[in-house]
Amino acid sequence: MRLLIGSLFAFAIAAVVGLGATWLSLTNNVAFGALTIGSWTAWPRTGTADADPYARAAIARTGQLPTGLGDGVAFLARQDDDGRPLDGRCVVTLSGITPAARFWTLTLYDLEGRLVANTLGRYGFTSQELVRHTDGSFEITVAPRASDGNWLPTGGIERYLLMLRLYDTPIGVATRAGREAPMPQIAAKECP
Amino acid sequence: MRWLLLLLGGVLLGGIVHLATVMMVPRTATQDAYARLTPIAPVNAVAQIPAPQPDKAVMTFMDPAFALAVCRYDLSEGSLKFSVPVSQAYTSVTFYTRYNVAYYAINDRAAGRRVIELDLMTPEQRAQLPEEEDVTAADRLIVESPTTTGLIAVRALAPEPGQMPMARAALQAAKCQRAN
Repeated sequence: MRLLIGSLFAFAIAAVVGLGATWLSLTNNVAFGALTIGSWTAWPRTGTADADPYARAAIARTGQLPTGLGDGVAFLARQDDDGRPLDGRCVVTLSGITPAARFWTLTLYDLEGRLVANTLGRYGFTSQELVRHTDGSFEITVAPRASDGNWLPTGGIERYLLMLRLYDTPIGVATRAGREAPMPQIAAKECP
Repeated sequence: MRWLLLLLGGVLLGGIVHLATVMMVPRTATQDAYARLTPIAPVNAVAQIPAPQPDKAVMTFMDPAFALAVCRYDLSEGSLKFSVPVSQAYTSVTFYTRYNVAYYAINDRAAGRRVIELDLMTPEQRAQLPEEEDVTAADRLIVESPTTTGLIAVRALAPEPGQMPMARAALQAAKCQRAN
């Protein structure tokens, strides 16, 4: 009887710990090989055959086809540079330059990876569409209401993600964070 | 002491449960990209995938600046030939296993031609290639698929929305068919 209760206790612990850790790892993007630059994180190895089990599980669970490394690298931002989650009711400014790439695209998604409806039908920018300063740097205003220049509408949703995909880029598995890969800064203001 | 040991044993066992369940996810997922594409993408043919919309997208995290076409392949009957003319801006071809892992990707510049042409086969089929074909293999790009089934995704960039029809037109000319 003591053996039975003891085993049940151990099994219960195993189930809670095991399934809890799995759930946590799937909801928090814990794949190995993260490359973090400022508020942006990419997982270059997730786009190769060497993708680790956590990356594979996340790909299957979210229903996406990841960007292959021979194609490009996808950087994800969930927070601004002060560590606050991106809020669609604030005015968020992206400014700076991007790492070398033939093209890049910036896309705004909700937390489930869907595009966000807005009156303009604009879901992001490509590197060709932007209005830039003379030195090549740019500013993008991610905000619920229209603004001058490069405006990316948020549709007023509470939480969103930004994905910056670099296509045909030297950024890869061997890249270390630093000067070779400058990513845009993310600053939020005018939060309600 | 006894309960502490049981607790420790439970935690260790929990670690095994965790690893096993994480490894099992790709095989049990019912809403992964492959499953989402199965109803609209016939086997060994190119299917044009509609552009993502806020209320309707085939997959998650699709790039709206790209036209996308998919060939859902099955190599059990033999190898495949794939080709796509490059579009004006940027074209890429990415190969995914049945479990949506991108095992190979190439873009127009790396391919270095007006038409990206690839032969897709299993390692066994490649081993059975006749010797003379191996000699000419230098100018054929051969891709080995780790799984018998999988996906080829072709993406053509529209740098501005007005260029989407041209990107789509390049993908209309993509071919994915059995090699003889």
